[in-house]
Amino acid sequence: MRTEVGKVEQRQGLAAGGKSGETIAKSMLEKFPNGVKVTSTAANRVNATVDRGLLYKVAEFLKNEMDFEHVTSVSGVDWYPENRMQAVFHITSYANRVTAEIIVDLPRDSPEVDSVTPLWGGANWNERETYDMFGIIFKGHPRLERILTAPGSDYFPYRKDFAGGRRV
Amino acid sequence: MSEMWLNMGPQHPMTHGLWNLRVKIDGETITEAEPVVGYLHRGWEKLTETRTFPQIIPMADRLCYGASLSWSHCYCLTAEKLLDVEVPERAKYIRTIVLEAQRIGSHLMWLAALGTDLGSYTVFLYPMRERELFLDLMQDLCGARLTYNYPRIGGVRNDVPANFERDFTRVLNHFEKKIPDYEALCDESTVFHMRMDDVGKLTAEQAINLGVTGPNLRGSGVDYDIRRDDPYDAYSQIDFNVCVQKSCDAYARYRVRMDELYESVNIIRQAIKDMPKGPVRVKPPRNAVKGKSDWAHTEDPRGEAFMYIIGNGDDHPYRLKVRSPIFVTVSAAAWMLKGYKVADVPAIMGSVDMCLGETDR
Repeated sequence: MRTEVGKVEQRQGLAAGGKSGETIAKSMLEKFPNGVKVTSTAANRVNATVDRGLLYKVAEFLKNEMDFEHVTSVSGVDWYPENRMQAVFHITSYANRVTAEIIVDLPRDSPEVDSVTPLWGGANWNERETYDMFGIIFKGHPRLERILTAPGSDYFPYRKDFAGGRRV
Repeated sequence: MSEMWLNMGPQHPMTHGLWNLRVKIDGETITEAEPVVGYLHRGWEKLTETRTFPQIIPMADRLCYGASLSWSHCYCLTAEKLLDVEVPERAKYIRTIVLEAQRIGSHLMWLAALGTDLGSYTVFLYPMRERELFLDLMQDLCGARLTYNYPRIGGVRNDVPANFERDFTRVLNHFEKKIPDYEALCDESTVFHMRMDDVGKLTAEQAINLGVTGPNLRGSGVDYDIRRDDPYDAYSQIDFNVCVQKSCDAYARYRVRMDELYESVNIIRQAIKDMPKGPVRVKPPRNAVKGKSDWAHTEDPRGEAFMYIIGNGDDHPYRLKVRSPIFVTVSAAAWMLKGYKVADVPAIMGSVDMCLGETDR
């Protein structure tokens, strides 16, 4: 009864004909000479920081021209002492076997950034959760509501100035 | 006919935990669905910020009761990257073995749950019987049956016990003969096919775009497995197949998991044979570099487990983000349920393998 599976060739790192992390970083910098800074690359990793206004365009470029199909995660970081926040997007390309980390810096008093949900449906709940926990507003999100905390809550629990209770 | 909203949950036999599925029905047909999660939210990510790195390992075990080891392992992998620790070769093989044993245990628990969902109590009893053998093996290894606390940052807690190889081989030989029994109960049953075939369709494009991962993604015909495509531990040295099904329905997702049982047995056998001798653990540094961040992802039994960690200059993480596979997969429930009958809901949601501990964190 077991399904017959053909012997799959071991594909590690790069897929045949795929783009490496270095190639993707280079095309990103060519397309967006200002506003995109690549911090490090590897064969299957790209780490970059992107200006707030450019995020949607960079995401569109990654999706349409670099074959990034899957949003692994969207998260927030509260750099409370420095009075800024970060939205961190991890986007994976199944075709190239590359994951890109896109970091967007946001001011803490107006943490707004473009939503990538219109491009990737997988970002939907991740962005809702980040809004729920950090209060980061994703512009263009179809339904930015509380998801894990109770509806109608007026706090953002993962911010560093929210007292987390005592250590047990 | 007028439409109405129907609440399935938070207390409902279909939910396997505490969540609520709201479906809008027109007669018996589902026109809209909305999963509601968050009942088990514990603020896990916030809690880790007050713990030291080793203290988080047993907490990570509590993310999912079905596959606790894969979560503590994912955390250790992430922390190792942050702290720049290289794991000894033997520990990598031991981790690979226990991860696959955990995958078998988790898939068996899923099959048992699916059996009761579909009203076949024998399909509950048989997999639970064999799962017990794997729990016994894990008990020999680390003393615990569900939350193992076994991986460590820099290796594993202890070396394998005496007769480890013999016991595993015995169990695997016995278990391999039992998988056809489950298949005979399910695949050869007309009722099973009536419930599972052609329901919960999710095309490959939808599955990729909606962020569905793991067996659910491979059930939609997408050939992607992190164990092969971004290998960690000893997976790069092991020869195994990625199980893919093309029919995109609930039955395909069932079939992928059954095939993965065979593959896991194959992986454990190879890893036991190739396991080198040597130390199983190195001492990691106590403090992380301030502001340094790193991430790791693994192939959890339910999909892509991912953690993103930032160091704070001391022995606590500044931030630890967990990506739960089922949290994202369940957001695709609306696409899977639309157009099917209310009676199909247990079969469709049962084929997804819900685990609420990791969903709500």
